[in-house]
Amino acid sequence: MLTSQLVNGSVANGLVVNGLVAIDPVTEGGLLWTPLLIILVKVLVIFVLGLVGTMLMVWFERKVVSGMQNRVGPNKAGPAGLLQTLADGLKLFFKEDLLPNRADRIVFRLAPFLAFVPAFLVWAVIPLGGDFSQNADGTFNNGTVEIFGQTTRLQLADPPVGILLVLALSSIAVYGIMLAGWASGSKYPLLGSVRATAQMISYEAALGLSLAAVLLSSRTLSTSGIVASQDRFVDWNLITTGLLPFFVFVIATTAELNRPPFDLVEAEQELVGGFNTEYSGIRFALFFLAEFMNVITMSGVMVTLFLGGPQGLFDIPIIPGWIEGSVWFILKLLLFLYMYVWFRATLPRLRYDQLMDLGWKVLIPISLGWFLLLAALREFANGDRVASLQVVGISLVIGAAAMSLFMAALSVSRKNREANSTLAPVPSQSTTADSTTAGSGKGSN
Amino acid sequence: MDTTFLEYLVFFAAAAMVLGGAIGVITLKNPVHAALGLVLTLFGIAVQFVAQEAHFLAAVQIIVYAGAIVVLFLFVIMLLGVDNAMDLSIEPIKVQRPLAAIMGLGLVALLTAAIVKADSATVLPDALGDGLDIATVTGDSDSNIKQLAENLYGDHIFAFELTSVLLIVAVAGTVVLTRKWPRNQEIADADAKSSNTSGTSK
Repeated sequence: MLTSQLVNGSVANGLVVNGLVAIDPVTEGGLLWTPLLIILVKVLVIFVLGLVGTMLMVWFERKVVSGMQNRVGPNKAGPAGLLQTLADGLKLFFKEDLLPNRADRIVFRLAPFLAFVPAFLVWAVIPLGGDFSQNADGTFNNGTVEIFGQTTRLQLADPPVGILLVLALSSIAVYGIMLAGWASGSKYPLLGSVRATAQMISYEAALGLSLAAVLLSSRTLSTSGIVASQDRFVDWNLITTGLLPFFVFVIATTAELNRPPFDLVEAEQELVGGFNTEYSGIRFALFFLAEFMNVITMSGVMVTLFLGGPQGLFDIPIIPGWIEGSVWFILKLLLFLYMYVWFRATLPRLRYDQLMDLGWKVLIPISLGWFLLLAALREFANGDRVASLQVVGISLVIGAAAMSLFMAALSVSRKNREANSTLAPVPSQSTTADSTTAGSGKGSN
Repeated sequence: MDTTFLEYLVFFAAAAMVLGGAIGVITLKNPVHAALGLVLTLFGIAVQFVAQEAHFLAAVQIIVYAGAIVVLFLFVIMLLGVDNAMDLSIEPIKVQRPLAAIMGLGLVALLTAAIVKADSATVLPDALGDGLDIATVTGDSDSNIKQLAENLYGDHIFAFELTSVLLIVAVAGTVVLTRKWPRNQEIADADAKSSNTSGTSK
């Protein structure tokens, strides 16, 4: 469709328009006013949805946590306390904006935006709805909808690199936290930001490896393509990648988001308030907003990657096709949002060395091994039952060998460490590193 | 809307980002500011990649360089506490500046030569005869990655694998060289301290 049009039509339109078509089919005939307006409206809708969604998320979290702790929670501002977040936001707007004496003026002002902008941009590539249902003749709709006679997607942009953009933005988000801590010119924020950076870099590896398993099964990077590849429940990447990458991804995103039980970044008992200790007023509000918006967007990413995005399990009667996708999307999103709140209300915070052990010694080897197994199955078995069993058997043997080598290496290094620490006059902390008791963190308000 | 105008706009905006960031890296006195200048440069280059339809390269540029390497730079700068403004007028290595000037001039000469040569080179024939790469017009959004993959894992598989071996050797070598093996009490003390952090700072 696109090729023929470009070859027959105006090749002179050149690279820019061609690139745009790949991002949004609405620009197919070149840049005209109606498509441009549609794009602008989409930008506005996504911006407003992001802000309102974040507002509701803060309320949702406070309500659910208070329910789990057997108290009422916000109930004064608006019906059921719905407007509490708005009131808090207004208050933060009018508070004094402090700039610490030893702060790095430019970077201190820049950091909140570096945290806030990536959180917003992730929204752009998530399919928020659209018609992916099956037609009567057995073909599948590709998720496009018609608005004012124009074909477009219910997502702001569908760039060819799709999901890599999410990874890129989540790695940019590190800068906001890191520079905020450094620019404050104070030691607790610096400690918090160093922790945050180490944590986010470590877990990005596990995140990327479990993502690779999804890409292997969907065979595309574009987010709408990933959604389109998950037609029925058995095609959901949750099933096709064999559950494990999903769990690794959930754990890794929780750590990426600095949510409990991985919220060492803002451990109140140890770090006063973490990287944002010195921030106040609207700049603090931006960090707060970014944090909660990231929770929603990463949940959206997980829905897109593993749960089929706007694809429904069954047809909901009455609701027309293109709204149905959005309904399914929101339902699945709520599942993850509730899960995060539940995590926060129940799980104690990990200790720093436990966090690093989990990331480097458990999640990365497991997701790497699983990815290799999936690749081998795809390459050598290709659906054949006997060959699949053979591949799994061989993989198990290799995996067991690799695992025992890994354990041997770990035990050697532990022995070295213990030998060293017994020589030292002061007993080192590292001997206690193997204990599995959780740190005394509490998921308080 | 004129698309060539848009192309020029994107090119010059990104070029300004690249040059501004690069000038910032060498003139800013604070190492953290210099590192941020480097990030700006990397972003500008990523924009240029996107303008040239190399979406995958642009994404990898951001993920690897801006997201991992410069973050590690900043991490080390913060951990070592060398984030004070430097006095650039004092030069610890005497020959460094003239040498750098010569190298810089040589690089400029090489780049100019390359551009002059590229200008006279014939454009590869393709489906459109318009200098457009086939990958950009087939409409397959993943053709970019497929071509790169065929190139890396097909044509240049040995070079690719050797590079990864080289990196592993470098990492292992660094660990072996920087690790102090316990020979006497003093070294053991220092090691006990460092082993606390070595388990965590990867």
